[in-house]
Formats: sequence, structure tokens, C-alpha cells
Amino acid sequence: MPVPVGEIYGLINQEARGEGSVIAALEAVQSRYRYLPPEALLLASERFGLPLAQVYAVATFYNAFSLKPKGKHCLQVCLGTACHVRGSPRILERLETRLGLRAGGTTRDRRFTLETVNCLGACALGPIVVADGEYSGQMTVPKAETLVKRLLRAEAEVTHD
Amino acid sequence: MIQLTIDDRRVTVAEGRTLLEACREHGFPVPTLCYHPALKPYGGCRLCVVEVAQPPPPGDARPRPARLAAACTYPCEPGLVVRTNSEAVQRSRRLTAELLLAGAYQSPEMWALAKSLGVEQVRFQLPEADNCVVCGLCVRACQEIVGVSAISLIKRGMAKQVSPPFEIASAACLGCGTCVLICPTGVLRLEDVSGYRSAHAAGAAEAREYCQTCSELDLEPHFVAAPEALLAAAREGTGL
Amino acid sequence: MTKLADPAALAAWQAALAAADGHDRPTLTVCGGTGCRVYGSERVCAALQQESDRRGADLAVKVTGCHGFCERGPLVVSHPERQMYTRVKPEDAREVVAAVLDGRPVADRLRYPDPQTGLPIQHEQDVPFYRHQHRLVLDLNGTLDPLSLDDYVAAGGYAALAKALTALTPAAVIAEVKAAGLRGRGGAGFPTGAKWEACRRQPGDVKYLICNADEGDPGAYMDRSIMEGNPHRVLEGLLIGAYAIGARQGFVYIRNEYPLAVKHLRAAIAQAEARGLLGENILGTGFSFHLSVRLGSGAFVCGEETALMASIEGRVGEPRPRPPYPAEAGLWGKPTNINNVKSWAAVPLIIANGAAWYAALGTPTSKGTLIFSVVGKINNTGLVEVPLGISLRQLIFDIGGGIPNGKQFKAAQIGGPSGGCIPAEHLDTPIDYESLSALGAIVGSGGLVVADEDTCMVDFARYFMQFTQEESCGKCVPCRVGTKAMLATLERICAGQGRPGDVEYLLELGETIKRSSLCGLGQTAPNPVLSTLRHFRAEYDAHILHQTCPAKVCKGLITYQVRPEKCTGCMVCLRNCAVGAIHGAKQQPHTIDPAVCTRCGMCQSVCKFDAVAVN
Repeated sequence: MPVPVGEIYGLINQEARGEGSVIAALEAVQSRYRYLPPEALLLASERFGLPLAQVYAVATFYNAFSLKPKGKHCLQVCLGTACHVRGSPRILERLETRLGLRAGGTTRDRRFTLETVNCLGACALGPIVVADGEYSGQMTVPKAETLVKRLLRAEAEVTHD
Repeated sequence: MIQLTIDDRRVTVAEGRTLLEACREHGFPVPTLCYHPALKPYGGCRLCVVEVAQPPPPGDARPRPARLAAACTYPCEPGLVVRTNSEAVQRSRRLTAELLLAGAYQSPEMWALAKSLGVEQVRFQLPEADNCVVCGLCVRACQEIVGVSAISLIKRGMAKQVSPPFEIASAACLGCGTCVLICPTGVLRLEDVSGYRSAHAAGAAEAREYCQTCSELDLEPHFVAAPEALLAAAREGTGL
Repeated sequence: MTKLADPAALAAWQAALAAADGHDRPTLTVCGGTGCRVYGSERVCAALQQESDRRGADLAVKVTGCHGFCERGPLVVSHPERQMYTRVKPEDAREVVAAVLDGRPVADRLRYPDPQTGLPIQHEQDVPFYRHQHRLVLDLNGTLDPLSLDDYVAAGGYAALAKALTALTPAAVIAEVKAAGLRGRGGAGFPTGAKWEACRRQPGDVKYLICNADEGDPGAYMDRSIMEGNPHRVLEGLLIGAYAIGARQGFVYIRNEYPLAVKHLRAAIAQAEARGLLGENILGTGFSFHLSVRLGSGAFVCGEETALMASIEGRVGEPRPRPPYPAEAGLWGKPTNINNVKSWAAVPLIIANGAAWYAALGTPTSKGTLIFSVVGKINNTGLVEVPLGISLRQLIFDIGGGIPNGKQFKAAQIGGPSGGCIPAEHLDTPIDYESLSALGAIVGSGGLVVADEDTCMVDFARYFMQFTQEESCGKCVPCRVGTKAMLATLERICAGQGRPGDVEYLLELGETIKRSSLCGLGQTAPNPVLSTLRHFRAEYDAHILHQTCPAKVCKGLITYQVRPEKCTGCMVCLRNCAVGAIHGAKQQPHTIDPAVCTRCGMCQSVCKFDAVAVN
């Protein structure tokens, strides 16, 4: 799919309000496309008059930015302290095994991305897994297993259709 | 002029000097790595730490607690009490030098520096030691002296490294070689700069660099060659 | 909507709201904090509204900010009686509305049971979790609609701003904040008034204010809760600060992981601008202040003030050495004052009620209240506001309800990755800046994580070190490489490959990293390790010298085994094992092959007969 450079430039322009707004501009692109296409960095560099090297440094420094497209489904495991003491590392491991991924990775078929987050601030519900924006609290290894099975089954049905 | 005390000696320096400049001006040796007189101070390597104490307030003779601070970035203030070679300073420099060696234990330059500070052994080694100590001299030289910013420090933490954008040849690089000359560990080489691509830390990324047709490449460089065309397309798309 | 022409117009508006029809009608407030939303509070709210409409009742239903008692969500409270309903489901709407309108009793499952007697508690104020609290900053969180400026003004909002602008000089505002003894609630505890004064004294017309809302400490979420539940109070605090310091432009730097807080904050800014409470010529007094929102992009280090400013300037969030301090040279080199959300939110209270009122709470050196998020192995997870000086025991047992499942309390980690742990023998320590730092912990941002007997303190320290190591910006050597060396050592210890001398190496690294790192992140990163070494040295020794993990957490030091006397041979664990490490036949005791087992714990979780043991 060709990258819609015009639309990206529009987003960047919209956020270009004064000094320092290059990060806001990249955030706008990231939230629209769920990653930063290389073109976006080049356009931001041009728009803000910053060296491309500096824009690239910014894009690789902050966790919110991804230079690779994300999977269709995104699973986030909270590794905040409360979730950690309640056993989130084991849930992460299970998901890694089931999806054949390391945290931060995307499956080759771009169906799944597995990420970790440092505290979502819903500690009463820990451990928490967020699947495509939907929170599941009080996670256990068996519940994580069920969650993955459900997602994999749904994906398998899509493939058959 | 500002008066301060360095190693029990009263010295006078001009306004706006850093502690490092004051020390060097008055003959107190302070080791440095990421400092270069032609560049803005960075405060990253922490080898130039000295003990700094604020002057005691009037009517109170008790000395104020001292803290370690990087001399290269600390501005001279009236009445400061500075120690350049105390036990605490030496201990800190020794361990810092040992940590620098963790990623550069094959570098003779780093060993010479560390030995001069009393380091005998390296207790911790990084598995991917590429001799780059992330001092940022090359990046700052490219920005401040050459003025092109062809390279930057990308990523963060342990992954922080010197790289051109997208970790591929940078169109901004002039091949001037300033980064190579300023590198304290000799990790940048001239052929890296003047030839096919821009300055580049040696290491794993190099092999991948040449493989431009491989689909495993994170980012394909095709567009970098023609930024003008891309911008023209963008402007057309938005009507700007 | 017209702009308020002067302070009198604000007072008149407030009086009109108080006299308006229906301002005192019965109301149900539904907690709309992130926790309760996950539990489905929005559906509960809709069901309550529907039921109220069905009955044609004059009953208001509104979503408020976080009530704090996250453990029992979704929470619903009736006003003015303050009857509290917990774990409410949409299908309970009829029952709750009947209780409010007809005084009908509700089922016990909707009530919080008294931990001692087990009897249901009716009123919010009688619940131990709330009874021992002293809510100042969070006082309105359970009653305001955070999206309604009317609600805030009706509750006396912006009166402190009007008072400051009309009755106090900037110097008098600073004097009041100083006299109140407010200390920076972001963690360091620097006196707020003195900080403001330093910035005010700087020459120049251009000064900036920053609200640090980059709450990154894992396990702390009170800043989010304040911004979600009462964003106007943060704005009012910033406005008063801007007037005192002489700033015309401010920034709120907020984590992008907090979408609801961002939404409420932006809404509050737009409302305040529309009514002339923010922008040019505020309340007709000639004072002007503009506020922008900047989103943090996922970097813990940006909670450090110089890194935060670099980020607002559009650069990589790398800290720079101080001095110069932000008060001298901050954003774009101009004098800048940064305070945490909690500090800003306390300011309107101090100005409205006076310094003496605020300073009456707390200890001689630590005034006012602190907000803690009490999480981890604790019965009553939630947000708690208490006066400084109360003991940890009161906080954890009286308010927090103690440790679940009859387990033993082991330690409380205060201050997150920058803080330290406090063991059981110091439970009676008063919580204030000095006492905690004497024990190797800090007040920090107020995150309090409770560890019980099943928590391995070495693994706990490793967790925090991994966190700071991943969040290190990488600029200075002690933090970038030193924390890596500490982490590698801890990982070895947890894997059962500890060596004599490891503890000494950790101590040496920790002390040097603390003293020689560039910024607060590195300077505090070793604290969790140093404090666990101080209070739980025996656990380190057990790992290193005896190759055992007393809490049975560290995978390199444990094995899973089937207890043959309890195993029924049901095959459930065998089928669930992802790696095929379990063998056995139907109705025969199973066995686990330790060479294949990955210690994922799945077998133990699925066993209904408690037949899987960890050794």
C-alpha cells in the first residue's frame, strides 16, 4: 500500500504550532497509522526545519513511537509493580510462547503485536492484559490462554472466509 | 571575577567559566573523555567529577555537605569549595572508567585512560562490546563544527548508539572525517565516512547495511535519495 | 457563554448555581475512574439513568472522577445520604434506585462488609477505608462531574483565584504557600514557596510554568485520578502560581497513556477559556495566562524536570546537569517553575482556607496531606489521602485492610523505582520525608506497593532495576552501564548463579551510581537494591550461598512437583502444559519432568486439588 504522503503532511501541518511541536506532530501520525512511516520523519524534518538525524533520534527515543507497522491485533501486558507482584511476568511468558513472539514484536503475518506497558494505573485489577484496547483484569495464566485461543480462533475464521 | 577554593587553594577565574576550565587554568589535573574544548560541554562520561560544596552561610563555620558534580558542566560560583582528587572522587572515577571499559575492553585508548585512574580489572563486560563509549563527541562535532547533523545518538539506554537516520547512508554527510578524528576510541574509520556511506559505528549494523535488497531490512532506503520529490508529492496532496 | 467580567460576576454565578432549581435533588454518583470503567461503570450509569427515567423520578445520575476504593468497583454513592453501593452491575440498577427513592433495603452483596464483624456497612464515611483518610485534594473527586465547570464553581471553585487576584499581592501568595509548609509532591519534597520565589526573583518578562503530569512510577496513579476527577482544580492552582510568579504561559506535560485525563484536562481548559478564567485579562483584572497540553511519549525519564523541558522543546528527553536550575534557565532558557499535579492541586485549598488551616495537618517538617496509591498484596487497593505523619501500619492495615489470603506482610515499597522498601519491624514509622529517607526509602510520588511472604525481595529489586535500566536515557555512563551491571548481577543471583562478592559489588556500584549520575533517575536507581540489601540481606545470602529462593519465586531455584497423595490423575495439568513436561496416565499420579518444565506455573493454576507444589 503506498504511503499517503499528502495526508501525513496535512497531519504534521495541523500540529505544527510553535516551537517544540515536532513531537506532537509525530504523535498525530503515530496515532493515525499506528506507526511512523519513514516519509513522516522526512516531512517533519522539512516542516520544522530540523536535521533528519534529530527527528530520527526523537522517533527512536520515545516508546510511543514505532517505526514498524503494528499487527492487526495488539496485546499489551502490564508490567507495573502491582501487576508484577501479582504474577504478570508469567502471563507475558505464556503469551510469548503461544504467539511465538518476544515482547515488542509483531508476527510475520502482521496479525499480532505483543507489547508490555509500565503501569496502566488500574492496579486493583492486576494483572492486566489489554487486547485491542479492551482491558481484562485479574489475569491468570489459564485466562491468558483462553484469551489467545479466542483471538487465534477468530483470526482463523477470518482466513477461511 | 569569581573567587573559589580548589583543593584548599584560593583561585580567581573570569565569570562564566566552568569548574573544569578553572581547574585546567590553574593547573589542577582533571581527566575527561566526552569533553572537547571546541564543543559545548555534555556531562555524559562523568570522569571529570569533582567534589563540590556550597560556601557556608555567613556566621556558620560548619562546612556544607559536598556532592559529586561533573566539572565540565558546573559553572563557577563565588565561594565554592572544590576537591579534585579526594578519595570519593577517585573511587567514582575508577568505577566509571571500569564501566566504560565494559563496552570497550578491546580499546587500547580506553585501557590507557582507565589504568591511569587505577583500574586493574574489568568485572563486567557487555556481550556486544563495540568499543563505542557513546560519548557523543562525533555527533556534537558533526552538529556544532561541521553543521550538517548527519548523525545523531539514536534510541536510548543500552541501545543508544551513533547512527545516521534510518541506519543507512545519510545524504547529509559530507565525508569530511571530523567525526573520525574526534573519536576517542578509534571506532569510526575513514573509509566508513568517505566511501559508500556516512560515519558509522563498527558492529552488527554494518553487515545489514550492505544488504539493501534483502526484505528483512527494517526500512528500505529508496526515498531518501529524492526528498524533494516526496515533498512535492506531499504538497500536492494537501494543496499547500 | 460569556466571559466573567470581574470577580463579582464569578461570585454571582456561584450564588445562582447554589439557588438553582434541583441543585439539591437526590443524586447518584457513579465512579468513572479508569479502574471502575474497566469494571463497567459506564454501563451501570446508563442502567441507573434508564431506571430513574422509567420511574419518572427526580434523581440525578452522574459520572464522577475516581472515588479511590478501586478494589470494590464499580462504586455508586447516593447523595446527600452517602449510602455506598459496591460492585454494582447494570442489573442492580432497579434495586439501587428503589433503595434511594423508597428507602428499600438492598442485598448485602451490594454493601461493603465490615472486615471485623462482617456486617454490611451502609454509609461511605463508615467504611474503614474512608474513615481513616483525610481527603483535601481528593475531596471533590466523588461528587463533581469532571466535565462540568458549573459543578466546580458551585463547590467554590475559582474563588481562591479570585481571592488571590483581588486581595493578595504575588508576594503575599508566595508567603501563604511558604507558611503552609507545602513541599513538592513530585517526590523530592523541595519547599514549593521557596521554589516559586526563586523563579519570581529572576529578571525578565518571559517566564514559564509547567505542571508535571508525566506520572511514570509504576503503581502510582493519583495524578491521573486528580486530572480525571477534578481538572479545574489543577488549572486553578496553575493560575494562582502564574499570578504569584509572573508567568504568562504554562504547559501541562501529561502521559499519553492517560487518554481520559487528557480529555478532561483539555475540556477544562476550553471551558475556563470560554468563561474568561484562562487566557487574556482573566476576570477583568488584567492578569493573563495561557495553558497548553503536551503529551509525553512514553519515556519515564521525562518525569525528571530537565528531561521534561527538553521534551517540551521537541527534543530527545535527555536530562542536562543542574545548575543552572529551571528557575534560572528553564524552557528555552527562560525562568521556569515546575511542580507536580498534586502540588498544584493543593494550592487553591491553601489560598482559600489559609496557610494555618493546611499547616495544622502533618508533622513539624512535613505539612498537609499525601496521596498514596496502595497496591500489590493488599486487600483494599485504592487511592488514599492521609495527613503526613500517620504510621505505615495505619495506612496498610487500618485503611488498606491488611494482606489478602491470611498471608504475612513482608515489606512496603514506597516511591517506586526511586524508592526503597520498609520491612515489618518499621511498620510504626511515621510517614514523612525525613523518617522515610532515614530508612532508605522516599515519599516519592506516593506509590506504595505491598509485598507479602510470597514476594521474593531479590526478584523485586531485580524488577525495579530492570525498569530503570530500560528507562535510562543512556546519556551518562554510571546510569547507562552501571545499572546494566547491577541488573546483570541480580539476574545471575536470581538464576542461581550468584557468587560470593556479588553483594559487595552491588553495594559498590549502587553507592557510586547514586553519587555520580547526571540526573535524579540515575541518582535514585540503586535505591531498591540498596534498601533490600539493608533490610533483607538474608534473602540475598540464601540465593547466593544456599541456592534457594525462600519465597519460591526465582525460576532458576525452584522446581514444580506433583504431590502424589493429592493428585487424582485428572489429566488437566497434563493437557494444559505448553511444553509437555507432565507425564502420567488417567487416575494415576502425574510427574513433572524438571528438565523440560519452564516453571510457568500453569499446572499449579489449573489444579483443582492443590496437588502441585513448588520446592
